[in-house]
Amino acid sequence: MKILVSAKRVSDPNAKLAVSTDGKWIEGDVEYVMNYFCENAIECALQLVEEHGDIETIALGIGDSDETARFIRQGALARGIDRGILVSADEQTTDSDLIARIYAKVVAREQPDIVLIGKQAVDGDSNQVGQLLAEYLGWPQATFASKVAIEGEEVVVTREVDGGLETLAMTMPCVITADLRLNEPRFAPLAGIMKAKKKPLEELELDDLDLGEAKPKVRIVKMLTPDGRKSGGLVKDVDDLVGKLRGEARVI
Amino acid sequence: MAKVLVIAEHEKGLVKKLTLNSLEFARQYVAKTGGSIEIGVLGADVAAVASALTEYGAAAIHVANHDDLAHPIATSWAKVVADLATAVGADLVCMSASSLGKDVLPRVAVRLNAGMASDVVAVVDGGQGLCFRRPMWAGNLTGDVAIDSAVRVISVRSSAFDAAQPVGGHSAIQNFKADPQLARARVRYVGFEGVASSRPDLTEATVVVSGGRGLKDRFNQVTEPLADLLGAAIGASRAAVDDGYAPNDYQVGQTGKVVAPQLYFAIAISGAVQHLAGMKNSKVIVAINKNADEPIFKVADYGLVADAFVAVPELVSKITALRS
Ligand SMILES: Cc1cc2nc3c(=O)[nH]c(=O)nc-3n(C[C@H](O)[C@H](O)[C@H](O)COP(=O)(O)OP(=O)(O)OC[C@H]3O[C@@H](n4cnc5c(N)ncnc54)[C@H](O)[C@@H]3O)c2cc1C
Ligand SMILES: Nc1ncnc2c1ncn2[C@@H]1O[C@H](COP(=O)(O)O)[C@@H](O)[C@H]1O
Repeated sequence: MKILVSAKRVSDPNAKLAVSTDGKWIEGDVEYVMNYFCENAIECALQLVEEHGDIETIALGIGDSDETARFIRQGALARGIDRGILVSADEQTTDSDLIARIYAKVVAREQPDIVLIGKQAVDGDSNQVGQLLAEYLGWPQATFASKVAIEGEEVVVTREVDGGLETLAMTMPCVITADLRLNEPRFAPLAGIMKAKKKPLEELELDDLDLGEAKPKVRIVKMLTPDGRKSGGLVKDVDDLVGKLRGEARVI
Repeated sequence: MAKVLVIAEHEKGLVKKLTLNSLEFARQYVAKTGGSIEIGVLGADVAAVASALTEYGAAAIHVANHDDLAHPIATSWAKVVADLATAVGADLVCMSASSLGKDVLPRVAVRLNAGMASDVVAVVDGGQGLCFRRPMWAGNLTGDVAIDSAVRVISVRSSAFDAAQPVGGHSAIQNFKADPQLARARVRYVGFEGVASSRPDLTEATVVVSGGRGLKDRFNQVTEPLADLLGAAIGASRAAVDDGYAPNDYQVGQTGKVVAPQLYFAIAISGAVQHLAGMKNSKVIVAINKNADEPIFKVADYGLVADAFVAVPELVSKITALRS
C-alpha cells in the first residue's frame, strides 16, 4: 500500500505580519513552520505504518525549492516518511486549484491508495485542496478527520462536522484531510534527522508535470491589515461589570 | 447580469439561518452586478424547506429531492449542485462556509471549471472589477481576490452578513431531477453522533458564553448557569476541547466556528490568535481571566481580572437579582 502525505511550510502564525509594498503578499523576515495540519497528516500516516506495516509513505511539498526541500526533509522524512517529492513553484501565485492539479499529476505517477493531507493551510486558510483533488481524481473524500482506521478494504474515518461527529467508510483509493484532533504529532528523533539526509527526494519543475496551463484561477489583487480592535480596559469587580453591561453596553 | 445560485442549508425540515446569510451575500453581489438569485434545496423530503424560502425574492427555488441525498456525501451533493448550476445557467454558486459548504463546494468548483474563494466577508470594487474580500492568516490579514473563471464559487462567512429579510412575493418552486450517482461514490455513511442541546446554535446566538482550559472539569458547572440565564450558546477554546472538557462542535476560532454575537464572554481563555480569529468581530467582548497579562484583554471591551470559579457564579447571581 502507498500513502501520499503533504509537507507545506507556512509563515509562523504568531509572527507580526506586514503586507508587501505591492500589496499582494506578506513582507519581511518571516519565520516559517510546517503547516500544523500537515504534521497531523504525517503523524497519521506513520501510525498507519506502525499498525499495518508494508505501507510506503511519500511526502509532497510544493513551493520555493530550497526552503521546501528543507521542510520535506526535516518535517516529513526525519519523522519517518520514506521519500519526498518537491515541485518548485511560486507560493504567491499558486491558488488551491493549481496546487490540487499538481497533486493530481503526482497521484497519476505514484498511484497511492490514500492521499492524506491537511484540511487547511494556515496562511491562505482556504480549506480546498483535498476536496478539489478528490473531484479531479473522481475519488471519495473524508475531510476534517479526527480518526482514521483501515479495516479490510475500507478506510473508516470519523469527521468533525457542525453538530457533532460523522463517520464514513470509503473504499480505496481515497482522499482524507486531517483535523487537529487526529493525533499529537511526534518530534523527529535525532537519528531520523541523520537518516533523512540520505532519503530520496525527487525534484520536479512545473514543466515536468504536463499541467497544460499552469495558471491559478484565483488571484490576490490587494491585501490589507484589518483595523485592530481597541481594548475597553478593565472593570473593578463584578458589580462594575454588571453595571456597565447594563448601563453602557445595554446588552443584559 | 449575474445569475446566482444559493444552496440552502437545513436541518430536520427547518431552514438554517446560515442560508439567510448566504442570501444576503447574494443580494449584495447582485446589487452590484444586476441579475437574479435562484435557490437550490437538496435532500430527501425537503418540500417544507422550499416553501419556507418563497418570500426572499428568488427567481425560482429548485428542489432536488432524492433518497440518496439524505446524508450529505460530498461526491453526490457536489454532482447535483453542479448539475443544477449548469441547468439554471448560474455564474456564481454559493453556500455558507459551514462544515457542509467546505466539504462540498470545492468539488462543485472543479465540476464547473470555476475558481473558488473561501470564507468571503464582503464584495468590493477592486479597481479592475469585483473582488471578494476574505480573511487570511487567521484573520490577521485580509485579501481582496479576483476569480478569473466564467463561473465562480463562493463560501460565505455567515457572521459577516445579516440575515436576509423576506421581501414578499412568491418564488416559483420547481422540481429538479437529481441524479446523485451515490452508488458510484465508493463511500458509505456509517453514522452521526450529535451533540444534543436545547441551546441556540453557536453561529446563530446573540450571546455566546465560551470557556477555556482554565475551567478544567468544571467547564459545564461554570458556563451553563450563565448561558441559561442569558439564553446563550456555549463555545470553547481549542484547548478546552482537546482536553475533553467540551465537545468539538463548541470550538470557536480559526479552525472552529466563527461567531459575531452581540455579546461574547471569554472565560479562562488566554486569547491566542487562533481563538481571536473566531470571535473578534463580536459586538461586545467580556473577558474574565485571573491573569491580567493575557492577550484576551487587548480585544476585550470589559476585562475582569478574577478567578472565574468565584466571579462567574457571582455574575449570575447579580444579573438574576437585577432582573427580578
Ligand atoms: C493550527 C492551529 C489552529 C488552532 N485553532 C484554534 C481554534 O480554532 N480555536 C482556539 O480556541 N484555539 C485554536 N488553536 C489553539 C490556540 O493556539 C491556543 O492553544 C488555545 O486557544 C488556548 O486555549 P485556552 O485559552 O483555553 O488555553 P490556555 O492558553 O492554556 O489558557 C488558559 C487560560 O485560563 C486562565 N485561567 C486558568 N485558571 C483560571 C481561573 N480559575 N479563572 C480565570 N482564568 C483562569 C489562564 O490565565 C489562561 O489565560 C489552534 C492552534 C493551532 C496551532
Ligand atoms: N504548497 C503546498 N505543498 C504541499 N501541500 C500543500 C500546499 N498547499 C496546500 N497543501 C495541502 O493542502 C491542504 C489544504 O490547503 P488549502 O486548501 O490551501 O487550505 C494543506 O493543509 C496542505 O496539506
